[in-house]
Amino acid sequence: MHPRDSRLGGTALTLAYDQRTIARDLTVAVPANSFTVIIGPNACGKSTLLRALSRMLRPSAGAVLLDGRDIHDLPARKVARTLGLLPQTSIAPDGISVAELVARGRYPHQGLLRQWSREDERVVAESMAATGVDDLADRPVDELSGGQRQRVWIAMALAQQTPLLLLDEPTTYLDIAHQIEILDLCARLHEEQGRTLVAVLHDLNHAARYATHLIAMRDGRVVAAGEPASVVTADLVAEVFGLPCRVIDDPETGTPLVVPAARRRVRESA
Amino acid sequence: MTVLRTGGLSLRFRPRALGVGAGAAVLAAGFGLVALGSGDYPMGPADVLRTLTGGGTLAEHFIVYELRLPRLVTALLVGAALALAGTVFQSLVRNPLGSPDILGFTQGASTGALVVVVLGGSSLALAGAAVVGGLGTGLVIYALAWRRGVHGYRLILVGIGVSAILTGVNGYLLTRAPLLDAARAVLWLTGSLDGRGWANAGPLLAVLVVLAPLVLVGCAPALRMMELGDDAASALGVPVRRLRLVLLAAAVLLVSFAAAAAGPVSFVALVAPHVARRLTRAPGPNLLPSMAVGAALLVGADLLAQRAFAGHQLPVGVVTGVIGGGYLVWLLALERRAGRL
Repeated sequence: MHPRDSRLGGTALTLAYDQRTIARDLTVAVPANSFTVIIGPNACGKSTLLRALSRMLRPSAGAVLLDGRDIHDLPARKVARTLGLLPQTSIAPDGISVAELVARGRYPHQGLLRQWSREDERVVAESMAATGVDDLADRPVDELSGGQRQRVWIAMALAQQTPLLLLDEPTTYLDIAHQIEILDLCARLHEEQGRTLVAVLHDLNHAARYATHLIAMRDGRVVAAGEPASVVTADLVAEVFGLPCRVIDDPETGTPLVVPAARRRVRESA
Repeated sequence: MTVLRTGGLSLRFRPRALGVGAGAAVLAAGFGLVALGSGDYPMGPADVLRTLTGGGTLAEHFIVYELRLPRLVTALLVGAALALAGTVFQSLVRNPLGSPDILGFTQGASTGALVVVVLGGSSLALAGAAVVGGLGTGLVIYALAWRRGVHGYRLILVGIGVSAILTGVNGYLLTRAPLLDAARAVLWLTGSLDGRGWANAGPLLAVLVVLAPLVLVGCAPALRMMELGDDAASALGVPVRRLRLVLLAAAVLLVSFAAAAAGPVSFVALVAPHVARRLTRAPGPNLLPSMAVGAALLVGADLLAQRAFAGHQLPVGVVTGVIGGGYLVWLLALERRAGRL
């Protein structure tokens, strides 16, 4: 698929910080209504790609297209009403309550004389309900656990009411139960609310289970893109991560499950 | 949070923050009334009010309008300007210590003023040089801290470095000044409202009239988003780099003109935002309450400086330094006990 025809994509992108080039001639497409997951080893440029797709990094060559238009030709506020981002690190101001933080997601919809409409109020309540943080509304954010806090940040991004939502490693620093909780939440947002999601994930098995579209990157290049079942193969994992492995069917979902090769067999199979 | 709505319009505000702002303003007015009435020619509050509303004798009129009111107005403006600049700095660098005293802008203004003291020049030239010194330092620090945008810690570290250099330069300039001028310079460096007239208040008033609405109305909502981090603010549609440039420029202008009017009065910019935050109990930059607290703080400090020791007038900077420094130490001790530092 050509990036022009997708909701969001980049054509012939060169991405660089100062003099350091991260990616050259990178072309990617996020299909409409997909849950796209970007995978790849550390420093392969996946977070950099996400920054470029979310208008935070201006490509030194090529263009990021949002619904067919160069994202840097669009005003920042207009982009913020179409595309939301959950950054890897955000700072909760001292003493701010959950409801207040989620309310800040309404910023791109507000103005000097439209500071807090009934619509704002309704959307914030809905966003908190959708992420299951409505019980915490009056609690200070600093008192919450890591998993709760991440749900609050997602609620803030939801309150932005964008059809597209980008998430940069949303499960990092969370224990396994909270990782699954966040991913289930993402899947619900994708299926029930029809949002297009793009996430950077580290765990291949999570990516294979939840994504509808996978993009595998290495050294600033896209190695493979498509349905998880066709992308996640033993050969690809070896090529992208340099990890020998077997790929079996996930007993729960039937999606590919990566089982790394053992250094030595502890127990011979019967 | 209270919300007012009519038709498609909606306004949101915190009653407590408004209350704190109003309370501090009343306090400043009260201090001001006492200041206008006290001195070698004491007047009761009723006499002061009568004079202010157009009555009073010719002598009272002269004393209030020509001698005491300019000093009071300068104090109010300097306090409000420093507090506004301090709140903006602290919010931009996301650090409670991000005040112009520590970032070096104040020292830059002092260097400008001291150059005029050494070379000789009018008090107008001295004020102008303070503005130029403050703005120049702002530009240098901005250029040095620039790296794909300016980030909080870089700005603080570069600012501390530049401030150390300028402190050295200021010391050198003082040794080069003739003894009498050096004494005058030290008084200026402490920050003083002695003998301030309408000529001192005018330029600062003009700057505040332009910049306060720009910051309070134009930038405050976006500044609140900046507290979430550059990435989150940018994702919400805040033009992070442009906003930071505009706000830094506004804050440096405020500090420079405040220094030109009263010298580098210390610690008001650092302390006023903290006091306002504690009183309003609201997260985010409390711009308007901070300004009111800053004005009340400086007017109160000046009253103390004039009247605390009979026959001895202190420069106001001595009082703000002692109060502000004490408050800072108390704050740090509190943070340490809370395990946050």
